[in-house]
Amino acid sequence: MESKPRLLSILDVVTALMLLAATALVFFYAPVEAVMGQVQKVFYFHVASGWVGMLSFMTAAAAGIIYLMRGSSNWDIVGVAAVEIGIAFSFINIVTGSIWARPIWNTWWTWDPRLTTATIMLLIYLAYLMLRSGIEDPNRRARFGAVYAIVGFVSVPLTFFSARLFRTIHPVVIGSNQPGAEGSFDMTPLMLQVFLFSLLTFTVVYADLLWHRIRLGKLAEKVEQLKLKTMS
Amino acid sequence: MKMIEVRKLVKRFGLKTVLRGLDFEVQQGEFVALLGPNGAGKTTFLRILASLARPALGEVFIAGYRLPDQASAVRRHLGVVSHQPLLYGDLTAEENLQFFGRLYGVANLNRRVQEVLELVGLAGRRRDLVRTFSRGMQQRLAIGRAVLHDPQVMLFDEPHTGLDQDASAMLDQVLREVAARGRTVVMTSHDLARTADLASRFDILSRGKITASVRRSEIDPDQLLAYYRQSLEKA
Amino acid sequence: MKSRAEEILTTEQPVQGRTSILSDYMRALSAVVWKDLAAELRSRELFSAMMVFALLVILIFNFALELDAATRSSVTSGVLWVTFAFAGTLGLNRSMAIEKDRGCLDGLLLAPVDRSAIYFGKVIGNLIFMFIVEVIILPVYSVLYNTNLFNPGLLLVILLGSIGYVVVGTLLSTMAVQARTRDILLPILLFPVMIPIFIASVKASSGFLDGLEMEMISPWLNLLLVYDVIFTAVAFMLFDYIVEE
Repeated sequence: MESKPRLLSILDVVTALMLLAATALVFFYAPVEAVMGQVQKVFYFHVASGWVGMLSFMTAAAAGIIYLMRGSSNWDIVGVAAVEIGIAFSFINIVTGSIWARPIWNTWWTWDPRLTTATIMLLIYLAYLMLRSGIEDPNRRARFGAVYAIVGFVSVPLTFFSARLFRTIHPVVIGSNQPGAEGSFDMTPLMLQVFLFSLLTFTVVYADLLWHRIRLGKLAEKVEQLKLKTMS
Repeated sequence: MKMIEVRKLVKRFGLKTVLRGLDFEVQQGEFVALLGPNGAGKTTFLRILASLARPALGEVFIAGYRLPDQASAVRRHLGVVSHQPLLYGDLTAEENLQFFGRLYGVANLNRRVQEVLELVGLAGRRRDLVRTFSRGMQQRLAIGRAVLHDPQVMLFDEPHTGLDQDASAMLDQVLREVAARGRTVVMTSHDLARTADLASRFDILSRGKITASVRRSEIDPDQLLAYYRQSLEKA
Repeated sequence: MKSRAEEILTTEQPVQGRTSILSDYMRALSAVVWKDLAAELRSRELFSAMMVFALLVILIFNFALELDAATRSSVTSGVLWVTFAFAGTLGLNRSMAIEKDRGCLDGLLLAPVDRSAIYFGKVIGNLIFMFIVEVIILPVYSVLYNTNLFNPGLLLVILLGSIGYVVVGTLLSTMAVQARTRDILLPILLFPVMIPIFIASVKASSGFLDGLEMEMISPWLNLLLVYDVIFTAVAFMLFDYIVEE
């Protein structure tokens, strides 16, 4: 049995430290925004998790393409890992978005193009898992997953574009005083630093989780193989 | 001439290896009965030969064409009958053949369709919807579909499945005629008795490999049955 | 002395005509379309299912919303496109299920042509069925709700939107039909991915119904075109991977 690679253990530690550091920065280092107050600080993790969601989606699509070209099941494991983690982060993205929106605009939801697209992306992820769970043959399951990841990925920019076009031509007033409200505010240099560090931290968290999940997938595959060997 | 050549074929389903480095050769004009217990991998093997599935490892050549790269070219020369009829119930016998004829680019289609219908004994039912056909009739039409484009190689996957005595006998007759004139045939079956009169060679597929191969001329029919049973037990 | 069988099986002239690859391709493609149309003409399964369902959906909307001549065009186009989207999944599902259930897909895959010929053949067949339903629904809606839907621009949008829908839908239904959860899976897979088509079609449709200027409508039409082109290319490239084993 392989033991956990040393590099991964180091990465675990680094990730934990960075998360702590990022949280500390957000609460103690970053200035309080003039208009929105403390709540604005949700923004740092909100955008970062949104970014990871997108990154994950890209990873899944890329893994899909490589899987179709090479046929090695390792890439399929990468794809599933990326989707599962992507679901988690997309969910965090949407929830933190709501937390942010409520005190500011007095609503839990805004049909902001980015949020809308993120939600649709989440639905595509979930559809991906449902597709896979309905297929017995592992090879077919992997191929279909790859194809759907690619199709989904191609559709997301188009969805974003159409949602944005929808808003510019028909701004929707949702009971807030700011139609087209996207929570813009000016970022001071300090905020920018914290923002970028949060992005970096979350990317590292993503890499760490992805690695763990891929390892898990490979170990699961090994277990299956051993099962077959002992049974036949 | 080697019509079919397979070397070290490996095929997996997920983590399970179904075909383990299988070697197989068929000369032009041979009629090979591929026997083996259920689950041995016969259908999988046939699907790879039919270009419907890809090998994981190994090489497959049919009529000199390499699979899966030259699959499209190979298909011209293949006629496949599986145990599902592959026919459209809402179309007539005639229309089914015409459809497949168009797919294969068969010349003089109408005449050819008529000929084939006569060959399989369904000329009288040409305008009837296939969903009204019995299983035996559907199988015969399926064979008609498979010879429509005059392929050199024919692959049959347990074609007698679900047929009664009479239908089976009729099927055998068509099979004999189809196998005439130098066609190369591979037919899978789990029942030796079915193939005993038809094949010129008997191969046994067990646990992902060909474990036995014997020509009809080399062995007595009764001995063949015993031999088959023995091989199954050994495997 | 040759037996009759031997005569039949020993054709002097080549059985397969020598033609170019392109005409082989087109012939296979049109054979698939013809086959779908001929079978459908006999059974009328797909058509009646889609038609009845569409009518029911429109009827239900009558009780859910107030649809009449005074209804805003955005609501009208929304209702129409929701109807098309849902009726469409019935057609897509059924069309592929026919191939899968009797193993006919294998029969198609054995043909000596590029796999995309089969894909495009199915797409065109599905498209025709969808058009027929749409073209019937329009006057029915007009009559039921006293709204004038005779608008060439609207027809253009329906054309472009349906193409995008069917192109992606055929690809996804080929996958869905091979899964255990086949019937519910297709809408779940398809709808998130066809949102751009949906938004653009609804917006462009209501634009035409309102008589807006072209410059307001053209961004939506462009979006439809871009989607159609991109996904036709993507589906064309991916179809092989879905049907190979």
